Amino acid sequence: MSVPPSPSPPAFKIDSFRSKVELLRLPLALSSKSISHRKSQLGGAGQHGTGGGGAHRGKPRPPASDMDNESQYSGYSYKSSHSRNSRKHRDRRDRHRSKSRDGSSRGDKSVTIHAPGEPLLDTESTRGDDRDDNWGETTTVQTGTSEHSVSNEDLTRVSKELEESSPLECRRFLGPGLGAVLGLFALVTPLAFLVLPQLLWREALEPCGTPCEGLYVSLAFKLLVLLISTWALFLRPPRATLPRFYVFRCLLLALVFLFVASYWLFYGVRVLEPRERDYRGIVGYAASLVDALLFIQYLALVLLEVRHLQPAFCLKVVRTTDGESRFYNVGHLSIQRAAVWVLDQYYSDFPVYNPALLNLPKSILSKKSSGFKVYTLGEENNTNNSTGQSRAMIAAAARRRDNSHNEYYYEEAEMDRRVRKRKARLVVAVEEAFTHIKRLQDDEPAASSPKHPREVMDPREAAQAIFAPMARAMQKYLRTTRQQPYHSMESIINHLQFCITHNMTPKAFLERYLSPGPTLQYQRENGMGRQWTLVSEEPVTSALSRGLVFSLRRLDFSLVVTVTPLPFLHLGEEFIDPKSHKFVMRLQSETSV
Amino acid sequence: MSSFLSQLHFQLSCALQQRIEICKLRQGEHLILGFSIGGGIDQDPGQNPFSEDKSDKGIYVTRVTPGGPAEVAGLMMGDKVMQVNGWDMTMVTHDQARKRLTKKNEDIVRLLVTRKSLEQAVRHSMM
Repeated sequence: MSVPPSPSPPAFKIDSFRSKVELLRLPLALSSKSISHRKSQLGGAGQHGTGGGGAHRGKPRPPASDMDNESQYSGYSYKSSHSRNSRKHRDRRDRHRSKSRDGSSRGDKSVTIHAPGEPLLDTESTRGDDRDDNWGETTTVQTGTSEHSVSNEDLTRVSKELEESSPLECRRFLGPGLGAVLGLFALVTPLAFLVLPQLLWREALEPCGTPCEGLYVSLAFKLLVLLISTWALFLRPPRATLPRFYVFRCLLLALVFLFVASYWLFYGVRVLEPRERDYRGIVGYAASLVDALLFIQYLALVLLEVRHLQPAFCLKVVRTTDGESRFYNVGHLSIQRAAVWVLDQYYSDFPVYNPALLNLPKSILSKKSSGFKVYTLGEENNTNNSTGQSRAMIAAAARRRDNSHNEYYYEEAEMDRRVRKRKARLVVAVEEAFTHIKRLQDDEPAASSPKHPREVMDPREAAQAIFAPMARAMQKYLRTTRQQPYHSMESIINHLQFCITHNMTPKAFLERYLSPGPTLQYQRENGMGRQWTLVSEEPVTSALSRGLVFSLRRLDFSLVVTVTPLPFLHLGEEFIDPKSHKFVMRLQSETSV
Repeated sequence: MSSFLSQLHFQLSCALQQRIEICKLRQGEHLILGFSIGGGIDQDPGQNPFSEDKSDKGIYVTRVTPGGPAEVAGLMMGDKVMQVNGWDMTMVTHDQARKRLTKKNEDIVRLLVTRKSLEQAVRHSMM
């Protein structure tokens, strides 16, 4: 049955197309593997992936539960740009599950990115319900009119259903598990190639002396290099879970799988069947496989790690609530990778979002009461008059003299003065408090005299002892600058203890409170991920391009990212002869006319 | 010259502005005016002996040839040339000033000059 192309829905609404979904579930072949395979066949990030897996029915499919590998409650998180996995044995540590979605969007897509930690600021908001709201992702496949194609919304619903049906744990580990299996398989294959003939038809093998041993040595060392480089490059805990497939990684996984499968095929047909006797050839064959694996690792290195290092775009990141903005240079990345990168920088660059500091006080803004009432006399053209009325009121309000800017100015000045006064008091109190203790040197006797024994304290007790005189000033200052939610008494004493231990001066102790630090400073240690939603009009696996805009939404604010390419530089050359630097005295020249 | 002297009685110790008309003299193939200029915005104003303000980069008359057309017309050494035939000379380079004065198609140049102070001018004229 054909799926009627449906209009693009609002990003967070999912209509009920479920009846059609069941029929299409099987043919869709929505496993990550097959879609990546399809992608590699189509050559890269597919904008036009064909829906309908009719052609892929023959492929062995992992259970459909791995299709939607993304868990929104990942306790582990990946930094996607590091969790590259192209080789199966590299994938051992890969927990990054990515969904296979390719295709174009028809409207806003909203997908979820997770980063580690717990949100500091939305303690009051519920988190359990986010999933449904944010999961209005439209699907990847472009709707066609064929029976086998699926509309975007349908795939969303399918994914949603599947995700609800399978337990979280399975989904999360399936992707990396698959990668690990593939990696192990690739690692073991050369050894298997060597060992199998020995096991099966040892007597019939031609003896092969020195050349084989040379090949053994080279094989061993190449495998060792593979292992070490895999460990160094790819065995890293992932830091983010991406909404969609990471295209390059899937490409490489597919490539590795193809490679090894074809080698096995050849081996099975040409070596195992006729019981090939030339052992040296077999060893050479195994060595060539290891070489090929090394080259694939090189490809993985270039695609996953190196390509995005050269800067090509400038991203402007603006926080919607208070206008904090930063500019970053990035290389060629896909939107989702760029989003993860931006979030990394966000946590260490942007000052923490303080909702209490945002708005003008109500007293200033509330003087907008309109003193005008508009009465219509005569005609009954209500519709015309309503817009005319509102426009007249707005115009009248604009013309009225508005002094709220005055109040804003004085309010600001007063606030500054207050903050400075409190800050001065705080600094003095802290300085004074720090003079009460000093570090006990090793060679000093603990008791200066029998009559006045000095009590020896550890840092915690010392911190508590000197906290008391500065507590009040600190509290007043924090209240004035609206920072008191971020610093509890316990945290202040901890910080004081830390500073005392490291011989910090009062000024160093205070730097944490005098200026709002980056968001990372206020994160609590927690295993839960930070949930961000990536909102973009382009599919998130597409590459950055000029004029692209996407935003990363959090519960109470969002970051809007604009992409501009870095300008092309025409660098010219000018040679200056060092001898050409000559100077003259300025004289008064005289000319006769 | 006499009109100039009569003006001296009424204006004491102020900078005078005077209009001087010089007829160029033909000597061979050159038209000469009979004085020398110094100064200009590309020159060093600190070395100007005639200017009161040592940052003044205007054009000054540094020498007047005795008997030449400039002396006949009443130009004096130390005069600051403000205008030549209507062209401004207060913000020109030395070369531009020279060019404005030595245009080949002009026979007469009308200068607007300024002199430092009355007393010195009078003293100068007495000498």
